[in-house]
Amino acid sequence: MFEVVAIYAYQILFSISIFILISLGLAVIFGMMKVINLAHGEFIMLGALFCAQLAGAGVPLFLSIPLAGLIVGLVGIVGERLVIRYLYGRVLDTLLATWGMSLLIVGAVTTFFGPQTASTPQDLGNISLGTFSISVYSLLMILLAFALLAALYLVWRMTRAGLIVRTTMQNAAMAQALGIDTDRVFMLTFGFGAALAGLTGAILVPLFGASPTMGAFYIAKAFVTVIAGGPLPLTGTLAASSLFGMIDGAVAYLTTSVLGEISVLFVAILLLRFLPKGVTRGLKGRV
Amino acid sequence: MSFTHGQEGRGGMLRCVLTALAAMGLAAASLTDAGQDAAAQEGHPIVIANILDRSGGLNIYSLKQIQGVAMAVDEINKSGGLLGRPVEIRFYDSQSDNTLNAQYATNALLRDKADAIHGGITSSSREVMRPIVQRFGSLLFYNALYEGGVCDRRHVSTGMVPAQQLEALIPYVINEKGARKSYILAADYNYGHITAKWMKNIVEANGGEVVNIEFFPLDVTNFAPVLARIQEAAPDVVYSALVGGAHMGFYRQFESTVGKDNMLLASSTYGVGREQTELSPEEGRGIIIATSFVDGLDTPAAKSFVENFKAFSGEDDYVGEYGEYGYRGVMLWADAVRKAGDASPDAVIMALKSGEISFDGPGGLYSIDGKTNHTTMDIHIAVGNDKGSFDLLQSFSQQPPLDTQLVCDLHANPDDTTQYEPEVQ
Repeated sequence: MFEVVAIYAYQILFSISIFILISLGLAVIFGMMKVINLAHGEFIMLGALFCAQLAGAGVPLFLSIPLAGLIVGLVGIVGERLVIRYLYGRVLDTLLATWGMSLLIVGAVTTFFGPQTASTPQDLGNISLGTFSISVYSLLMILLAFALLAALYLVWRMTRAGLIVRTTMQNAAMAQALGIDTDRVFMLTFGFGAALAGLTGAILVPLFGASPTMGAFYIAKAFVTVIAGGPLPLTGTLAASSLFGMIDGAVAYLTTSVLGEISVLFVAILLLRFLPKGVTRGLKGRV
Repeated sequence: MSFTHGQEGRGGMLRCVLTALAAMGLAAASLTDAGQDAAAQEGHPIVIANILDRSGGLNIYSLKQIQGVAMAVDEINKSGGLLGRPVEIRFYDSQSDNTLNAQYATNALLRDKADAIHGGITSSSREVMRPIVQRFGSLLFYNALYEGGVCDRRHVSTGMVPAQQLEALIPYVINEKGARKSYILAADYNYGHITAKWMKNIVEANGGEVVNIEFFPLDVTNFAPVLARIQEAAPDVVYSALVGGAHMGFYRQFESTVGKDNMLLASSTYGVGREQTELSPEEGRGIIIATSFVDGLDTPAAKSFVENFKAFSGEDDYVGEYGEYGYRGVMLWADAVRKAGDASPDAVIMALKSGEISFDGPGGLYSIDGKTNHTTMDIHIAVGNDKGSFDLLQSFSQQPPLDTQLVCDLHANPDDTTQYEPEVQ
């Protein structure tokens, strides 16, 4: 009995952690900054690619993962300085610009790194639970997903930097009047969101691999999660990820992966029909 | 720099995002390489089109084959061309997108006036191109392993079909490894579905048992649910007919969860996309395959092919089955052109009908069966080793495409264009 409960819990938590990881960066860039970032999937891809490259060059995996996130953060800052900063508040224009960025990134990666799939092995082995065994790396992934979300929440809620970011996003003109360098805050926040996406790619790469067009696998799910989450980007992402992950994990385990995905999309449609402003609508004062 | 407040426009934003996502798909299709200009040259070259996926999720199957086709054409031209004419390739990148296969096949036949098309990797891409090839009265060389059964004089299959591959693989797994209880995973399109039927059929015919069959869309990367179900069912062997870059994650996740020391893993598709070169030694070691070509074949023809291929492409890594398929496809077509004395599709089709078209290639003798336009070849059972390659276990000489021969006779019905399916439940 214990092992059945454990395997369900594992399936569901694993699925939730994937939803959390792929939407964290978007929760910052789209949820907080209101930039419709169609290059989000490509930021994930860059993280996966850089992690595989670094690990392939002999850097230990657990150093490659944060390094890859950092590099993607820098890529995000460059993109923000060159393009995005001129477009804040112009929703449709950012949409086109970030889409252009996504095409550019896919093209550049295909040209310079080649179109093939890349990956890096991990050798953490597995632990056994009666009939089942579970990969240790995937357990670590679950922990990392929740830890990242918790850390982000604490930074946003408890630190001065978080307060400044929230102030700026809420009312940039007022924040500027109070002496905050909002231009710099926007730049760093965008870079931070990109870094989170890169970190996600790097965390996923030992299990899922990296290829130039992999962004497309994740972008729709990430947007659905953040939009269903509603006005509070982090609480909403957690709530929506938990809901979708629970459905996906349970249905995919009980039936097939296809039905799992279908049921998630079905619930997302229902949710947006009846709660068009997301599950955290009406909650105030949090993130 | 003012911001509209978050409460307003959520629904609007959602619509924006969805519209944009849909538009991305459309525009990606229109931003494509439109191919080279059809600059007719002196000496009236024979033109063949090569339509393969240089990019996208399925490119792992195409990258080496693009080189293999180019190398065969290069060799033909260096030895004086075909019928005294040079051969020219028009390459089109179908980007793992079937709609582009349709567009480029039309371009190739209408604008480039190609005498034959080589290409298509997935069965769905082949089925998109076959009606177009019919309409223009041309000829398609499909250089890939597939589920068999296509009965069409304008289509030539140069790769393995289930009767060749699975009839070797599955009895080996059952008889030599004693693994009867089987779990089948396959890609969710016609190749996967028909191959899964064949697998079930052959497993049961050899006294084995199939506990479950599951299909996966090509973009699935998370295999945790099925790995739990597999462990619950506790089969002796898992057969994979998974396809494409996303599905490669399965081999990683299988090793880190179940492990091949505890359960056998055999595959009809593993290795053809050179998956082993992207996996770690532990992840690739021990996977059992049936193949008509691996780099490690111990024959002079195979060794010199691998050497020439590396020199031609400038790439020093594993070549593999699909690279060789591109080469053999062009060489078989060239033999048919020579015997026909004419490169036009109808003349080549007449030559194919004779059943005398063959090529003594890197993996042994390939000969095209005139009744089905499918290829007889040697089949080898091999197992992944920890050097990113395969060790040979057993070989079967000159295996005919029996399954397709059972249902197809182009001599009797030259106008047949059906793809027959195996008659199993």
